[in-house]
Amino acid sequence: MPEGYLPIFIYLICAILFPIVLLGLAKLVRPSLPGQVKSEAYECGIQAASNARGRYTVRFYIIAILFVIFDVETIFLYPWAVRHQKLGWFGVAEVTVFLLILIVGYIWAYRKGALEWV
Amino acid sequence: MPDSFIPTSAELLRILPEIILVLAATLIMVLAPLVKGREQNALGYVSLYGLVAALAAALSGYFDPGPAFHQLILVDGFATYFRVLVIFAGILTTLASYQYLRREDADSGEYYALLLFSVSGQSLMAASNDLIMIFIGLEISSLASYVMAGFLRNRAQAIEAALKYFLLGSFATAFLLYGVAWIYGITGSTYLLTIRSVFERGAQTPGILLAGAAAALIFVGFAFKVAAWPFQSWAPDVYQGAPVPVAAFLSAGPKAAAFAVFVRVFVTALGPIGGRWEPLFWLSALATMLIGNFAALVQTNIKRLLAYSSIAHAGYVLVAMTAHSEIGTAAVMFYMAAYVLMNVGAFAVVAHVCGRQERFVELEDFAGLGERQPVSAALLTVFLLSLIGVPLTAGFFGKFYIFRAALQADLVWLTVLGLLASAVAAYYYLRIIVIMYMHQPAESAAELPPLRGALGAAVWISAAGTLVLGIFPSLILNFAGNSALLAR
Amino acid sequence: MTGVPLSWFLILSAVLFSLGVAGFLIRRSVLTVFMSIELMLNAVNLSFVAFSYQLKQVNGHLFTFFVMVVAAAEAALGLAIILAVFRNRGTLQVDEVNSMKN
Repeated sequence: MPEGYLPIFIYLICAILFPIVLLGLAKLVRPSLPGQVKSEAYECGIQAASNARGRYTVRFYIIAILFVIFDVETIFLYPWAVRHQKLGWFGVAEVTVFLLILIVGYIWAYRKGALEWV
Repeated sequence: MPDSFIPTSAELLRILPEIILVLAATLIMVLAPLVKGREQNALGYVSLYGLVAALAAALSGYFDPGPAFHQLILVDGFATYFRVLVIFAGILTTLASYQYLRREDADSGEYYALLLFSVSGQSLMAASNDLIMIFIGLEISSLASYVMAGFLRNRAQAIEAALKYFLLGSFATAFLLYGVAWIYGITGSTYLLTIRSVFERGAQTPGILLAGAAAALIFVGFAFKVAAWPFQSWAPDVYQGAPVPVAAFLSAGPKAAAFAVFVRVFVTALGPIGGRWEPLFWLSALATMLIGNFAALVQTNIKRLLAYSSIAHAGYVLVAMTAHSEIGTAAVMFYMAAYVLMNVGAFAVVAHVCGRQERFVELEDFAGLGERQPVSAALLTVFLLSLIGVPLTAGFFGKFYIFRAALQADLVWLTVLGLLASAVAAYYYLRIIVIMYMHQPAESAAELPPLRGALGAAVWISAAGTLVLGIFPSLILNFAGNSALLAR
Repeated sequence: MTGVPLSWFLILSAVLFSLGVAGFLIRRSVLTVFMSIELMLNAVNLSFVAFSYQLKQVNGHLFTFFVMVVAAAEAALGLAIILAVFRNRGTLQVDEVNSMKN
């Protein structure tokens, strides 16, 4: 059974060697002329607007927090989606209750102004 | 096949307390954005009515015991007892919070919604009979209480408390889950009674050697929730940083519910491998009592002192769990009721005395309270005497039953050391009483309003309960004794 | 997963869990500490799924669902608390957020 991993192992070695060999070769061949323009961040030829490590506005976080919640809660719809024919109307009722609770949360977030871009 | 999924009305009735709590909390959340600023405190009434209705539902559940939802839930005497207890702790917290929130200009419906969600999780824990349900209940309770700890988010200490509580709480939950995963792997089930029957087969079970390690991992998770050694270090910081009523709640509801599942998991499911986890409990009980009591001796902040005292009390309860018998379980049940009453009561008096922005939480701020506020001082004295374990208070019988259970299980050394530790405890509790009655108040001492309203009700109810349980312990001891025989 | 023995999954899960514990104890940034907790939860999920497959049951898968959802709720809550800490203190180093002492 571990023999089954042999191709993967060979692939791994090739994948590791490939960049090392190529970069090493390039280093040997190319001339070295460092310059200020060369070391700038490359952004499709446009001048970089700011440092990539700059801070994001806090508003993104709030949206992200809400997204995570509502996104992951849909995981509970999957078992129902797979079995909805067997579960019948009972399943529909259960999912409705579940979604209603989620919607109350959504309404609350909306009324609190969490979704507004202030 | 679908028919078996549809819950019967009897099954729905068995989770009626949780349904009521969640509906009330949801109602508060819908109403909260509609109500203006300070009037949001009126939503405290919704919280109170919801809790009282849930209390009634929990009590009525006792008359129709049985399992629900494919054995995920089991309503028995034990479940009813702890449900009533955590809901009662919720009622006391609601009462104690009302004036506090007003004083801090933090009137908010969401506070009560979070409280109700947390109580619903605890109530679910009390009635769960399956590791999945225990986990879900625990998380509902914890997530809401993390937010409550940092509810006054402009206060630096409160948000720090929330961060610590959250990080360490999640850390402990991961350990709990890892233990559950191993128990599931070894026994092939998350249902407590099936786990028990697998372990009863004993040595033939493959992987039984790992069961001890799995039990230790689960112990880590629960030990955090009850603030027992070696996971007690969060409690002082969190209780000190959190708003006083929240500290009262954290020391009561989550702790009572955590002890309920602690007992249910270890006595029911892991009972047959008791020999593997008893030494761990023995050590933890002793260390918790010693650390809690000796650290409390040097505290100058009353919230921090009560936090260490609450750690020490978790140690006493662990002594009864180490006994691992029906009498031990009954002693845990009685002690938790006594503890909830006296601890919430003591915190409620602190909530009254601490003043706006909690400026007066040092021990010296209580100087002369006996003159300034005779009623508050007298009631705080009752709670402190009960925390010491003076006869005629609930705390006395609590300790009495715990150490009797320990002696019957031949835990002589643990009993002796526990009694010595509780003698040490008398010093720091008495010191507060001395400060209140013997010391002169500072010039800057605050003008306090009289103890009235909801907060007054919370204190008086707790004091009455503490004394009633101290004079007529049989009122609930018989119930506890009858309910201590857990399903096998 | 034909052929891969259960113990491999369990070892991987144990390694991931230990990495999470080590990260929690060693790292000083709140965000990294928080990510370590998520790593621990995912290690637990791996155990559940492996056991569940071995036992030919769905219980373990089901448990994984709940763990994932709770992890998401914790993530949201954790981010919110971390945000509040940062607004309040201007730092996210664990040892700097420690104002209460005996």
